Amino acid sequence: MSRAPVHPLTIGLLLLAGAAAPLLFPAYTNQVAVLWLMIVFASTWDILGGQMGYNSLGNIFFFGAGMYTSAVVQIGLYYDVGMYTSGARTTHIVFTTAQYFTGFALGTIAAGVVAALFAVVTSWIVFGLRGPYFAIGTLGVAVAAAELISSWEWLGAAAGISMPVFPGAPETQKLFFYFLLFGLAFAVLGFLRWLYSTNFGLAINAIRDDEEKAEAMGLYTRRYKRTAWTIAAFFLGIAGAIFGNMTGFIEPRDIAFPTTTFNIFMILMVLLGGKGTFWGPVVGAVVFQVIKEVTWTYFLGWQFVALGLLIVIIVVYFQQGIVGWLMEKYPERFGIRIAPKERQESSRAIGLAPHPEGAE
Amino acid sequence: MNDPIIEVTNVCKSFGGVIANYDVSLTVQRGAITGLIGPNGSGKTTLFNSIVGYHPIDSGSIRLDGREISQLHVQEIARLGLLRTFQTTRIYGKMSCLQNMQISVPHRKARLVDMFSCERAEVLERAEQLLAFVGLYEKRFLRAGSLSFGQQKLLEFAMALINEPTVLLLDEPTAGINPTLINGLIDRLRRANAEFGITMLIIEHNMRVIMNMANKIYCMAHGEMLAAGAPSEIQNDQNVIDAYLGAH
Repeated sequence: MSRAPVHPLTIGLLLLAGAAAPLLFPAYTNQVAVLWLMIVFASTWDILGGQMGYNSLGNIFFFGAGMYTSAVVQIGLYYDVGMYTSGARTTHIVFTTAQYFTGFALGTIAAGVVAALFAVVTSWIVFGLRGPYFAIGTLGVAVAAAELISSWEWLGAAAGISMPVFPGAPETQKLFFYFLLFGLAFAVLGFLRWLYSTNFGLAINAIRDDEEKAEAMGLYTRRYKRTAWTIAAFFLGIAGAIFGNMTGFIEPRDIAFPTTTFNIFMILMVLLGGKGTFWGPVVGAVVFQVIKEVTWTYFLGWQFVALGLLIVIIVVYFQQGIVGWLMEKYPERFGIRIAPKERQESSRAIGLAPHPEGAE
Repeated sequence: MNDPIIEVTNVCKSFGGVIANYDVSLTVQRGAITGLIGPNGSGKTTLFNSIVGYHPIDSGSIRLDGREISQLHVQEIARLGLLRTFQTTRIYGKMSCLQNMQISVPHRKARLVDMFSCERAEVLERAEQLLAFVGLYEKRFLRAGSLSFGQQKLLEFAMALINEPTVLLLDEPTAGINPTLINGLIDRLRRANAEFGITMLIIEHNMRVIMNMANKIYCMAHGEMLAAGAPSEIQNDQNVIDAYLGAH
């Protein structure tokens, strides 16, 4: 909502926190890396779900599409993909350091581009839908992709693909992917901050508030909706490429298109933090990641029960989210002003005003 | 003074078995204020919706400036400069008044890169001028959804003005507003017509308002055009009196 530039101190603190975390808590490097990934998830989901009012259940599709695209590029540059993924292969596979990084760089770029292309294509179909139909339609895209890849032998089918091995010590690998995800999250936040300050932010907010009105005013609503979807897809594709290489092994149902975990987490984090606010998804991701890690550590076996409970509590009692709640409580701190209740109008409406021509 | 900007000829529109418009013809002269009256359910809003492309018509023709528009979509028609306001006021509730104005600028010239253009000084200035014109300047930073109904109507009107329409279709602009605000609104509608040269077609139930403002009035009943003429003719037309008061 507030469109003022971010305070340089905020940027500095964010950079410092990101850089210092793996040094201060080396044991938690992977968890914090996943936190940055969660921030990317939540912030990109909020472009459509929060700012534009289109609740997508299929964003995870672009994450998985990016992951598989990068895998194909990284392997395909040097080997035959069908041979590489075949269960009966006998060839010894080695990637040199140069091959690994060239493949990874090209694969990540391709992942973003291909995911964005998929978004352009699917947007022709899904934006014919609105409300709950849009949600179900997008979910269908993600589920269909998971099923398709599960039976596609060339891509390893349900058995998945072992990604090229990182040429370096495990510690270096951890830090390498940590800083990539941190950099991605930082880039996404910077980009969105700029995006929401332009006409684009106003337009997608207008679509959220009243799409029919926006159409009646001549706004190119389709153009905005499709661009928003494509932007989210681009960043999710890149995130997928990085995460796939980080885990080292990809398969369709639980890693590339996890419709019941990451896909739901995105929405949950945004709801928890506050829909349609810039910092809401970030705050939501941090709180959620902490809750998730605690339940995973101390209530193992019950973690999904705890998560389900959290969903119910948020949806029933806390829909506006943390930042949304703060905005309601202290609107002036966020630069929002609410009209005082009917001051001057009621005093004038008594009927003492002069009646010029033309009215009762 | 025969320079029609909107020509509706023999338009029919039915929803299932209900005939909402039957063989309706209507002409709006350039620069004039034309009124459209009729009892509830007589098909006025359906005709409006047909003109702005909200739904396809069954037969007939609708022309804007000589160009057939009955096949075009809502957004395309809006970009041609034919704009409508809604009976139940529609504004962007969670955005400030100024943001409501900024996003309502004419989109007919918008190129792809304009999606990402930043706040422009001349747009802001124009938005503030028009908010001052409708009397909402002090409230420009307020959330539009927190304004009173009457003020939202004024905001919607200002949003229409910044879009620089050639024709404005107003669906009951004074409905649900207290008499004090009505006076101001009529005054502003007239000024918008005279100063900005915006042609208007107005649906209105408040007889004194429409009789005073319009140059020509059309009256509909049961989906058909009942009468047309100058306000004085309409006021004395026996058919119109019967339709409104019940012929018995």
